Amino acid sequence: MGDPGLSRRGFLAASAAAGLGMTALSGCGGDSDGGSSDGTTTIEWWNISTTEPTKGVWAALAKKFEAQNPKVKIKIVQMENDAYKSKMTALTASGKLPDIFHTWGGGVLRQQVDAGLVEDLTDRTKDFAGSLLPVAKEPYLLDEKVYGIPFDMGMIGFWYNKALFKDAGITEPPTTWSGFLDAVRELKAKGTTPLALAGKEKWPGMYYWAYLAMRTAGAAALQKAYDDKDFTGDPFVQAGQHLQELVDLQPFQKGFLGAAYSTPTGQAAAVGNGKAAMELMGQWAPVVQADSGKGLGDDLGFFPFPAVDGGKGAITEVFGGGGGHALRSGAPQAAVDFLKFFASEATDVELVKKTGVLPVVPAAESAIADPNIKAVQAQLKGATGFQLYLDQAYAPAVGQEVNDSVAALIAGSKSPQQVTESITQAAKEEQ
Amino acid sequence: MTSTFLPDKRTGPDVDVPPMSAGAAKGRARRRALHWLTAVAFQVPALVLFLVLVLLPILFALYAAFFRWGGFGMPSDYIGTDNFTRLFQDPVFLGDLWRCLVLVVLSVAVQLPFALAMAVLLNQRLRGRAVYRMLFFAPYVLSEAITGVLFSMIFAPDDGLADQLLGHVGLDGLGGEWFADPSMVMATLFLVMTWKYFGFHMMLYLAGLQSIPRELTEAALIDGANAWQRFRSVTLPLLAPTLRISVFLSVIGAIQLFDLVWVTTAGGPDHHSETMAVTMFQYGFKRYQVGYASAISVVMFGISLVFALAYQRFVLRRDLEGATTTMRGDAK
Repeated sequence: MGDPGLSRRGFLAASAAAGLGMTALSGCGGDSDGGSSDGTTTIEWWNISTTEPTKGVWAALAKKFEAQNPKVKIKIVQMENDAYKSKMTALTASGKLPDIFHTWGGGVLRQQVDAGLVEDLTDRTKDFAGSLLPVAKEPYLLDEKVYGIPFDMGMIGFWYNKALFKDAGITEPPTTWSGFLDAVRELKAKGTTPLALAGKEKWPGMYYWAYLAMRTAGAAALQKAYDDKDFTGDPFVQAGQHLQELVDLQPFQKGFLGAAYSTPTGQAAAVGNGKAAMELMGQWAPVVQADSGKGLGDDLGFFPFPAVDGGKGAITEVFGGGGGHALRSGAPQAAVDFLKFFASEATDVELVKKTGVLPVVPAAESAIADPNIKAVQAQLKGATGFQLYLDQAYAPAVGQEVNDSVAALIAGSKSPQQVTESITQAAKEEQ
Repeated sequence: MTSTFLPDKRTGPDVDVPPMSAGAAKGRARRRALHWLTAVAFQVPALVLFLVLVLLPILFALYAAFFRWGGFGMPSDYIGTDNFTRLFQDPVFLGDLWRCLVLVVLSVAVQLPFALAMAVLLNQRLRGRAVYRMLFFAPYVLSEAITGVLFSMIFAPDDGLADQLLGHVGLDGLGGEWFADPSMVMATLFLVMTWKYFGFHMMLYLAGLQSIPRELTEAALIDGANAWQRFRSVTLPLLAPTLRISVFLSVIGAIQLFDLVWVTTAGGPDHHSETMAVTMFQYGFKRYQVGYASAISVVMFGISLVFALAYQRFVLRRDLEGATTTMRGDAK
């Protein structure tokens, strides 16, 4: 009777050893020419590239990497932006993250790092991370340590329909807030919807308040207010008041409070189909406009968020962020190899050419063909100040409160004063 | 005594029965032990699953509700009942309670009578009756998420099917911003809920109606009762057990409503369609305030539990008693 038990235990031990051995071997065998081990490593790659052409290009790149590394299989898991954030929250709580995962850096990444779930890449990426654009690496540097490798860097600004601007008699994109409000009035007078906004998703609305706060209080103020847990300063109230000036003009599309961002009836589609003249969005906007709507082609233009008269911030200070990949702690060497592959010049040139991202490898800059992306790149290079997306820079509870309060301001249920109070309270609750 | 013994029945009177004696008693004891062992062996997996997947999480949520806890590691920052006091001062949560009540009242007062009317109608002799039944039941088969996506397209302002249709028949005035309008969002949501769930309740009622003996209706007919009197005095009282169960399911469903709201409006605009479950999700999975979210879930659990117990005690008691007496009668 004892025999089968013993052999079963023996079998378990053997298979466990085999399993360990396989991981160890494949870990060593990451340098493609290794070859004597017959174990295959499967690495999971979680990203948010659910729209074409990015989706297809990334899948092809994964295939290419697999071809170069026959012992490695890449399993791609893709989720839409908001769903991904929710899923990652659940995974973070469960204590295990995917091998390679999308990250925006900032507060969310810090929480994952503090929980001990993210691999410190400082040494493991030394050989290639040094050559990347310094500003692009900023969001993933926490306490001087590297926790992520960027593949995109960008900023938020206004994307506008040149033809609709021309129809309304606007010759030059506005550079001041009062000029911007005038442009909105002129567009409205022409019967054009000036702005598209995804009210259901809240984060696109937050961009307005954040940029206005940067313009009234200066680029460093938002981070400082977070560190001091005090957003009640006058410039922040003024930011809300300026946003209210805009909301009072009723510049948004019909039903914007219920609109999503990337659906066929959402914000991007409204601009892409020529139904609204502008949207405040990141460097990915042209791709999403063309995917969810028709896309504007040559009619699409970009201008930076205007300066506010009398404000401390300059028009050259940018609000934005990029996209990067981080690894779970203890991820196999193959995952690091993949990051290296993904940050190589060859890959970056392809990404810039085909998916509209901004280069993170300086040598790939020449691959930018789109004049709008060139304009964004020029803004980024000449930036005199930088602030990461608030819902990423701040701890989630504070970031969400900013989104929520600004959404309430836009919907008319909170005053500019109340917005700053709510955010301050959320910041104080977060020790 | 031996004549009522189970194996005798099974073997039947014609089979040669071994003599009953001390051996039989011993066998019986052994069989009883075996019976117990079998029962335990079959129940342990289910009990373990129930314990690990249902009971422990409930207890843990109850525990976590007394902590300020971000979801990492174990809760350690004990704050007493702070989460609950904060909860009952939060205008969004108080709004959730109000909206929950509105949905419950609307479901019971509008959706269920509508389902009943359809059930009575489709219980008549009617050409294509089965087709209608299937059509009305079909929405229930769809998942809530798919229903949500479908209706956010239908109710898209201007471009959506609803507004286009109304526009084409000259009723533009009735169209609007549907989900995007704070004053209209609950009505729209309720419309979708009704579309999805009335078919299910209709099916329940149809089953109930078919179990009402025809003789009773015929007797009432002979006594000169008109259609309304027959419905009021014969159909409705006999359908009461089904109605009570249906109300119960409907109320519990309204308390826990999540998927549909999350997909169509995410609780917006400006919290005007937020439910308790949506608020809980926002705090638990968006803000990482898992302690506070646990407090919300505990309150939800409490409301459901109190309602379920009170309903069973005061409303369903007659039905349950009926069920047990029938069973007792069968045993005799």
